Amino acid sequence: MANWNMLTLVGEDRPGIVARVTEALYRAGWNLGEASMMRLGGNFTIMLMVSGEATRSDLEEVVQPVAQSLGLQLHVDSIEGGLHRHMVPNIQVRVSGADRAGIVAKVTGALASTGFNILELESDVAGSAQQPVYIMCIQGYAETTVEALEEAVGSIGEEGVQVSVSPIETLIG
Amino acid sequence: MALLEILTVPDPRLKDASVAVERFDQELRSFIADLEETRQAGPGAVGIAAPQVGRFQRIAIVDVSKTRKPVANHGHLVLVNPEITHWDGFELGREGCLSVPHYTGNVIRAERIRLRAQDAQGEVREFEMEGFEARAVQHEVDHLDGLLFIDRVVSRRTDLFQRKVYQKGGGGKG
Repeated sequence: MANWNMLTLVGEDRPGIVARVTEALYRAGWNLGEASMMRLGGNFTIMLMVSGEATRSDLEEVVQPVAQSLGLQLHVDSIEGGLHRHMVPNIQVRVSGADRAGIVAKVTGALASTGFNILELESDVAGSAQQPVYIMCIQGYAETTVEALEEAVGSIGEEGVQVSVSPIETLIG
Repeated sequence: MALLEILTVPDPRLKDASVAVERFDQELRSFIADLEETRQAGPGAVGIAAPQVGRFQRIAIVDVSKTRKPVANHGHLVLVNPEITHWDGFELGREGCLSVPHYTGNVIRAERIRLRAQDAQGEVREFEMEGFEARAVQHEVDHLDGLLFIDRVVSRRTDLFQRKVYQKGGGGKG
């Protein structure tokens, strides 16, 4: 039975990072699972599920030289879990407003109080350096209704932050 | 009535284009009944196309009348030889597929379409559709052309406003 590890790599973005890392993993016989890779603030970030018969320290030995030569920080955790465990989001929450401390904590705190489970969160700062605007898009799963979620985040809207809750109807065809 | 077997990826037959239906007979209607039974047996499927069960003819069923939140719809539709004649607008929405288990992704579809199709008796009908129903029809017509939603899936970060036109077989930047 193969073991899953979560490989985390972070460092200054440049072309070829994904190719170099995955080539080293392939040559050493590791398999790749789900992944999230994205450029954030000029850094390239990788979170990658890797499975194989060898140990976590074997995995570190394979990736460390590549990470070093690319100037990336490496972190490896053994994880419980596996593939085919997706949850399909049924709610989308969009937040935008003047960039102020605590927006994320307030919105996600209100959502958490209803039992809302965040499956994906993307946020960015738009606007200009003088007038930054915070934009966040959350997809998640709720047992409760859109109306109950709207009520939970309702008071935040009054503080100059716009929060909208909408259902996601996934089309199966 | 019989449940039909659903082809799933990576079955190469899902990439085959289907041919027009010419005979509107009892055999066709009996197949459509089986196709409907197969759709209803699937997990909440709002549509199904004949090639998904290995019959490569231009036949699909769409029914979005039973969504959690009601959406504009024309009820239960049997679409034979469907043709989308107009596309308008575009929007991002999440899709899955009976033929692609354990995966959902975001796809850009036209917001409004005009559709011409025959029914199970061969009568020509025309529809104007929007939103979820228009999305379902586009998903099923893609099956008839050998296209899956995974051929069109995009990142949620994709900027809709860079895309000026809805293109068949799209996937590249507009």
